[in-house]
Amino acid sequence: MTGAGHYPRRWRRPPQIFTHRGWRLALQLAILAYLVLAVGSLEVDVSRVVEGLERGARFMQGFLQPDFVSRWSDIRQGLIESLTMTLTATVVGILVSVPIGIGAARNLVPQPVYLVCRAIIAVSRSLQEVIIAIFLVAMFGFGPFAGFVTLAFASIGFLAKLLADDIEEIDASQAEAIRATGASWWQLIHYAVQPQVMPRLIGLSLYRLDINFRESAVIGIVGAGGIGATLNTAIDRYEYDSAGAILLIVIAIVMLVEYSSSHLRKYLQ
Amino acid sequence: MTRLDPTASEPTHYAQVWSFRTPKARLALWAGWLALVALFVWCWQVMNAGTMWVFVADAPSQAADIGSRMFPPRLDYLPELLAPLWDTLNIATLGTLGGVILAVPVAFLAAANTTPSKLLVRPVALLVIVTSRSINSLIWALLLVAIIGPGLLAGIVAIALRSIGFVGKLLYEAIEETDVRQIEAVTATGASRSQIIHYGIVPQVLPAFWGISVFRWDINIRESTILGLVGAGGIGMKLQSSIDTLAWSQVATILVVILATVVVSEAVSARLRHALI
Amino acid sequence: MRARGRPGRPPFAFIAETSVLDIQRLSKTYGSRSGASGDKALRDVSFRVPQGQTLGLIGPSGAGKSTLIRCINRLVEPTSGAIHLGDTDLAALGSRDLRRARRRIGMIFQEYALVERLTVMENVLSGRLGYVPFWRSFTRRFPGRDIENAYRLLDRVGLLDHADKRADALSGGQRQRVGIARALAQEPELLLVDEPTASLDPKTSRQIMRLITEIGAERNLPTIVNIHDVPLAQQFVDRIIGLRSGELVFDGSPDALTEAVLTDIYGAEDWTAMRQDHEEDEAAEQASRLTLAGGAG
Repeated sequence: MTGAGHYPRRWRRPPQIFTHRGWRLALQLAILAYLVLAVGSLEVDVSRVVEGLERGARFMQGFLQPDFVSRWSDIRQGLIESLTMTLTATVVGILVSVPIGIGAARNLVPQPVYLVCRAIIAVSRSLQEVIIAIFLVAMFGFGPFAGFVTLAFASIGFLAKLLADDIEEIDASQAEAIRATGASWWQLIHYAVQPQVMPRLIGLSLYRLDINFRESAVIGIVGAGGIGATLNTAIDRYEYDSAGAILLIVIAIVMLVEYSSSHLRKYLQ
Repeated sequence: MTRLDPTASEPTHYAQVWSFRTPKARLALWAGWLALVALFVWCWQVMNAGTMWVFVADAPSQAADIGSRMFPPRLDYLPELLAPLWDTLNIATLGTLGGVILAVPVAFLAAANTTPSKLLVRPVALLVIVTSRSINSLIWALLLVAIIGPGLLAGIVAIALRSIGFVGKLLYEAIEETDVRQIEAVTATGASRSQIIHYGIVPQVLPAFWGISVFRWDINIRESTILGLVGAGGIGMKLQSSIDTLAWSQVATILVVILATVVVSEAVSARLRHALI
Repeated sequence: MRARGRPGRPPFAFIAETSVLDIQRLSKTYGSRSGASGDKALRDVSFRVPQGQTLGLIGPSGAGKSTLIRCINRLVEPTSGAIHLGDTDLAALGSRDLRRARRRIGMIFQEYALVERLTVMENVLSGRLGYVPFWRSFTRRFPGRDIENAYRLLDRVGLLDHADKRADALSGGQRQRVGIARALAQEPELLLVDEPTASLDPKTSRQIMRLITEIGAERNLPTIVNIHDVPLAQQFVDRIIGLRSGELVFDGSPDALTEAVLTDIYGAEDWTAMRQDHEEDEAAEQASRLTLAGGAG
């Protein structure tokens, strides 16, 4: 403690996370070393990039002056595929994920069922849509059907996991009260579980619809149909004005879906 | 139950039918479901107009064929994957870094309480965020490979461009949710705009910022594994070439490596977020 | 040490010479920009505050106390009227001059309003933000004089050992002390205090009020305290202004605050309820003090 009248004239903020000086220094050095190594392993072909800048400018131009007309029939076909694939995949995804989600809720089912359902969820979640799509295209052939199966499969992992987590968090006293009336398992699901998780399920489904549309634009790149395939073709042909048009349409639809689904969610709750 | 009138303890009869909703609401609900089913059937038909059902019927045998070729995975292929894996990590990390650096100013321009102009600047910042968010990193990569050529740089820029929207959106929401009183108190000291942001807002959003960044890094690891499919470097390029040559046992090895990477990065990000917040 | 009481000084004898703050016909209308319609929070409020005076601002919630205080440093933009601090009309300042003026006005907030995730020291030093350039505040390299002064203020409010703690690690009373130190770090010419005791227990409330009035006296600062607890106000302030629906309905010494006046300000029902609350608090505190004394003895 300093005596009256004499107070320190210097103050430094004490470190908040790594309080030990040595560790802090080591961490800073490690980060620096990583950055040097990582940037060093970048092999950038400068002349190619410079050349690309001009192409980038052309793309920006295409984005600002999109050409909706000359490839309109391709774009239309791609959009129809994407939209139908999104809707059917979401519906089927919901239908399948509800039983799996219930099965993956620890508080409702016996252990073996729980483990099987959780395993299905884990497989569906750990693989990315694009990788799944590659396999499904190899199995089902090119086209939107492979895309539909991909999106449905991915939706199952997403919806079932969140649904199961939700069910596990429901108010146990409400379920107990229903159980105490002598209700059967089905009645328990209907009266205690469904009312509590239904609003969330609707919200999640709408959110997944949104995700599925975005993904539908991606999996087309590996041959699973939809607007992604059209986009891929446009970029391959260096038709940046058509590519710009497609991207603008995708952005517009994503915004529309997001906006309307948030409204719908508010309306339903 | 003392409130009940004792004389009315034996009611003659009550309604036998009870329903949760009014008849009108029930009708609307059923109509809604019917419309949804009709829409589904219609979409199904439109979508499958060009589907070759022969291929679909053939799918199980195709799957069995691919499965048998994948197994056992070629383990001696692993050493060849180390360099691409390092590249993949770099794409994700440098891309996240770039994305976060670009996202911070965008978020401050987009947040209603820090934007310099609600009429001019904010809509532009929001448009940047929406554009970045709507376009998947694979599509960004597709574009960038066409523009600046194949390689890591295209992957890094693609990841960065996609991250701007994600980080920007969550960060600007965090900025808008800051405690007004703390900001007011800093304002009252006569601080300048930049000082108000630095003392009043930054400390409040810093935990959210770290959480969002680490979360996005985790997602980016996942996404950067496939960017190679369109030529943007990393382990995905090996995947693409293995698929092109129908080397399914190599594909299996790559998938195992990808899965392991994703699991490890998820664990790391969970621990980091726990430590930082 | 200056004497707390100022014997022999007539309360409002030389306002004209030494009044630091002079508020003229201040009005604030929320909602409508034209000012014709909308919610009138303040109507033509005028008063002056001399050097060293502690002024209590009372009135029911929604009477405009908070708006009035915030109009002075323009956290809320007044609709019309003049606010003179010394020679400057605060109401007419542009944004750069407003920042300069704000650093002359210290403010203490309801529920402390500390930056929770910064250290106590940083919170106190943030009172200097108006005086230092951005790079200094950004790198936390405040001038040595500011740091020395911050330590002195922390010592004055009894928190010298807590300088490196994070603000959210402190108790309510301690946080409000940090808030006081932050306001004083500005070396203000005027102290605005907004419901300083709103979330504190009765005992801590008294300590905080005592500290604020002591400091106001030490530095000869005019202080405006917006306070909902009338008995607490009567105990500590030199002068009271009563607001009702944005209008000034009372201006005088605490002794002049009769039951009739209070009923006029608060309405009969609210005033009775408030007085009872206070008596209960007082009784509870008395009782706890007795038991404590009993336990010790």
